[in-house]
Amino acid sequence: MTQYWQEISALTMRWMRRLSREKFSMLFTLVQPMLFWLIFFGNLFQRAADAQVTRAPNYISFLAAGVVVMTVLNNGLAGGVDLLFDKENGFLERLMSTPIHRSSVILSRFIFVMTITSLQVLVILGVAFLFGVQPATGPFGVAMILLIGVLFGVGLTAISMAMAFSVKSHGDFFSVLGFLSLPMIFLSSALVPLAAMPAWMSFLARFNPMTWAIDAVRPLILSGWTEALPHVGMVLVVMVIFDALCLYCGAKAFGRTIG
Amino acid sequence: MDRAVVIEVSRLSKSYDGLKAVEDLSFQVYRGEIFGLLGPNGAGKSTTLRTLITLLHPTSGLARVLGHDTVKDADVVRQLIGYVPQERAIDRFLTGREHLELLAALYHLRKDEGTKRIGELLKLVELEAHADRPAKTYSGGMKRKLDIACGLLPNPQILFLDEPTLGLDVQSRLRIWDYVRMLKARGMTVVMSTNYLDEADQLCDRLAIIDAGKIKTLGSPTELKVGLGGDIVALTIHDANRLPSLAEAVKGLPAIRAVNITANGLDIRVESPEKVLPAILETASRLDCRVEFIEYHRPRLDDVFLAHTGRAITESVPEAETT
Repeated sequence: MTQYWQEISALTMRWMRRLSREKFSMLFTLVQPMLFWLIFFGNLFQRAADAQVTRAPNYISFLAAGVVVMTVLNNGLAGGVDLLFDKENGFLERLMSTPIHRSSVILSRFIFVMTITSLQVLVILGVAFLFGVQPATGPFGVAMILLIGVLFGVGLTAISMAMAFSVKSHGDFFSVLGFLSLPMIFLSSALVPLAAMPAWMSFLARFNPMTWAIDAVRPLILSGWTEALPHVGMVLVVMVIFDALCLYCGAKAFGRTIG
Repeated sequence: MDRAVVIEVSRLSKSYDGLKAVEDLSFQVYRGEIFGLLGPNGAGKSTTLRTLITLLHPTSGLARVLGHDTVKDADVVRQLIGYVPQERAIDRFLTGREHLELLAALYHLRKDEGTKRIGELLKLVELEAHADRPAKTYSGGMKRKLDIACGLLPNPQILFLDEPTLGLDVQSRLRIWDYVRMLKARGMTVVMSTNYLDEADQLCDRLAIIDAGKIKTLGSPTELKVGLGGDIVALTIHDANRLPSLAEAVKGLPAIRAVNITANGLDIRVESPEKVLPAILETASRLDCRVEFIEYHRPRLDDVFLAHTGRAITESVPEAETT
């Protein structure tokens, strides 16, 4: 057990170090979602968005939940990238030739991605706060938002790692990534509530786990516990199933590569 | 032979999607020797090496490292060996010291043990002065030294090197050779793959020539050269079109062991060049072949390679044979 922990903490430390050495990349990763989506998009659509439709005091407060989950989505989908490079340059092989538990590499990656994502979510909520968005459910609500983010993120990161292990070249990986990300956002309740979407889009959006996550996070920010609780209960069930599926696929892909 | 066997490979085969990468390999490696796997790219050297370091599972057959099965006792094997991969498996954002610290944790060394060993290794590969710079600032030779330090971190009984000097400049190559010899002097067993003939010749105590997934021959470089028998007469002629007829005629001469057609000449293995040379020249002039160049030499490792695989190591593997 001590050995297991020694491996995982050393590997997690490596991901942290890499990030801290890439100062620009770190800055842009952290700033991009709030700058592009929350500040620009949120303010830009302030008057174009109908408060009757969004049922929120302003568009930014409506969008905050969407930006939080979008951040989880993007970080999760990109979660396997570093492993992809490790696979390509032989570093993964070096790690795997050491007497470590095969799962340590994967677990360290989960810990790293979830930590960074949670920090980012807190920063986004902080920026939203500066624009007057106060989470209606207080600190416990924020904790619940982080939990939902982590649950959704684990599944996404698992998919991303599975892809990293399965693809032949990193070109394939980034094509799939680019193809997945935007449709997932548009076909969800991130930017527009389901009720206001064209019927076929809202139909598709219902199958998007992202929608469930947003529909739970949004009342936690906008309304309060009474309205949020049923959604929160529902999203926990959905996420457990989603994670189980993703982890199963991830484990299979990992097993194929590492043996 | 009564030397201790540290690696035992028996009837090892590995296929990927039905394609055979290596087929029915059997060999032994003895304690304290430098054992080489020599062959062209795609011959199956890396597959063999990766099986030995537990990263690949054999399709059939088995490999034992220090008495432990590489599949069933993979964890034990990993604890006892060190590996230096072919690619520069370096994280460009980490410093040299951080690479070694990471590995020290993965080999479950205590902090003080790790620090001590890292200090020794950095000194050994002469990277002390650069230990705290990110690896992206390192030259190719420095990265290779760091690679080797990483492979040595577990203080392994056997060190595996995959193409240790691929793409290095001459000085760095010689430096790496020095390290390998020094490790042998300390009693370490080294198993390396290479596609450089001079490297195999100079460095390896014994080597297996692998081509198209099979071992063609195995022995010390001297044994292999002597085993070839006779000397080599190499000649080139002006008109390459006449080579086949010349080869036929030369084959008919006495004291000729083998004749190989090369790009613009012949490689002839002969029993005693003094007697055969005049006969060869005479045959050439009879067939109206203008000899441009002729020489003879004791067998070299490239002759051994040519004799056992039917081509020079620098010639790429024909498509049909790789599939």
